[in-house]
Amino acid sequence: MTSVRFSTITYNIGQGFKNIWRNKLFSLASIATMTACIFLLGLFYSIGANFSEMVHTAEEGVAVTVFFDAGITQEQIDNIGNEIKKRGEVRDVKFVSAEEAWDSFKVEYFKGREELAEGFVNDNPLANQANYEIYLNDVSMQSSLVTYLESLDGVRQVNQSEVVAETLSDVNKLISLIFVSFIIILIAIAIFLISNTITTGIAVRKEEIAIMKLIGAKDSFVRAPFIVEGIAIGLIGSIIPLVILLFMYKSVMVYVTEKFIFLTNFLTFIPVHEIFEVLVPLALILGIGIGYIGSRMTLKKHLKV
Amino acid sequence: MIKLEHVSKLYQEGVPALDDVSINIEKGEFVFIMGKSGSGKSTLIKLLLKELTPTEGEIYISGKKLSKINHKAIPNFRRNIGVVFQNFRLLQDRNVYENVAFAMKVVEAPTREIKKRVPLMLSLVNLAAKYKSLPRQLSGGEQQRVAIARALVNEPEILLADEPTGNLDDTNAWEIMRLLEEINERGTTVVVVTHNAEIVRKMNKRVIYIKRGQVVGDGKWGDISEI
Ligand SMILES: Nc1ncnc2c1ncn2[C@@H]1O[C@H](COP(=O)(O)OP(=O)(O)OP(=O)(O)O)[C@@H](O)[C@H]1O
Ligand SMILES: [Mg+2]
Repeated sequence: MTSVRFSTITYNIGQGFKNIWRNKLFSLASIATMTACIFLLGLFYSIGANFSEMVHTAEEGVAVTVFFDAGITQEQIDNIGNEIKKRGEVRDVKFVSAEEAWDSFKVEYFKGREELAEGFVNDNPLANQANYEIYLNDVSMQSSLVTYLESLDGVRQVNQSEVVAETLSDVNKLISLIFVSFIIILIAIAIFLISNTITTGIAVRKEEIAIMKLIGAKDSFVRAPFIVEGIAIGLIGSIIPLVILLFMYKSVMVYVTEKFIFLTNFLTFIPVHEIFEVLVPLALILGIGIGYIGSRMTLKKHLKV
Repeated sequence: MIKLEHVSKLYQEGVPALDDVSINIEKGEFVFIMGKSGSGKSTLIKLLLKELTPTEGEIYISGKKLSKINHKAIPNFRRNIGVVFQNFRLLQDRNVYENVAFAMKVVEAPTREIKKRVPLMLSLVNLAAKYKSLPRQLSGGEQQRVAIARALVNEPEILLADEPTGNLDDTNAWEIMRLLEEINERGTTVVVVTHNAEIVRKMNKRVIYIKRGQVVGDGKWGDISEI
């Protein structure tokens, strides 16, 4: 294999960009479609990643709390606990005695005014509040578990967390489907437009290509500017949405954190660098790949060298 | 240098464009190809460039059998042949210098070489002063001289010219012919397709006359002028 001259590479890169410039309208349409495609992908990814992070966090928190009938014995409570532990969807069961329940309640509600709580010291207002905190492997199993728990003897009440995980994961699936179909359609349109751009470029340069071939240009030399063109369109079309996404992600993060402070326990954002560590290579590979495939396909079809 | 053995070319069923043509051109020769419109002259040029393949027969150039040259080897093969056309075929968006340099870029010559050779070629065709002009700012004769510089800049052994004076007036036509003669005297084998009997007669070179795809005359003008 002979090596390629640096001046040849720069010449063909220059010609590739000249193609883009000469063919502004088509190039712009291709870049815009690529941008839309990768922007949607990025949006999908950042929302999706944060969403599953939230669901995950919710899963790790208390999902279900079981309270018992008055006058139940500790032995009965232990039996119920053993039954619950046997179930597959249950990750962990934690017993909270009435005293513990009161202690944590105190911390939360009499913060800074601990003396107010002193009055209850021998009369636990939560005497009946001994409970099991049940942690799940899979939040989508929550409602079936609740039904089961309510059917148990000695169970007075079952509370479930506010996150209606099941609905969320259903919505999640639908949104994913819509996003993925959109992205696939946009990829197809992007390839189509890049292919059209390259085809026009070949038509414009038909005479030049014919002369090049007569002078003795190698196939690779004739093709190179068009490959450069495709890749450059892909590259530009992935850098633009990445920059937009970066700004958007940062400002949404700041906005939500500032305006919805009460949500911050529940809404924790994945740090920017973690999102973009995945997103940058993903977008670049996709962009360059689409550009390369689009031009390669077209050259195969329209440029018989 | 150029040898055709019983070469025929059939574009489609029916009359062949070339019919059992055998020609031998030695290194350093200057040869005119003449013939009426449609007689097969351009077809012959295209066969020599391996733009077309013969339906029958074999062509040898510089000792190489053309049928043995595969697709990948065509660029190297063509670098040994310069070619000019009736309509010049210059790149309209590039100036004189760039048009000539283009031929060297295409064969991936080093930039240093390009900067050295292009001015040399431009002074050979007497266009050094107009190196910045665009093709449309030049006369037909000047454009053809640029095309000749482009064809020769990679120092091919053979120069093929398909009606190089077809679009030019007499003065310019003669200028081009003198240039081609000079190039031939420097050692390049030159093959010129032309309709211009006056020029052919006065230059007194070897003439191959083609009629309906067949060679019907081959020799000096005096020997074939009765055809
Ligand atoms: N691509 C083609 N397909 C089919 N027939 C062709 C093709 N090119 C040329 N021919 C036919 O082959 C014959 C020879 O054509 P060619 O171009 O070689 O003639 P020519 O001698 O160069 O003519 P002119 O002096 O007008 O340039 C003509 O009858 C022409 O119609
Ligand atoms: Mg012709």
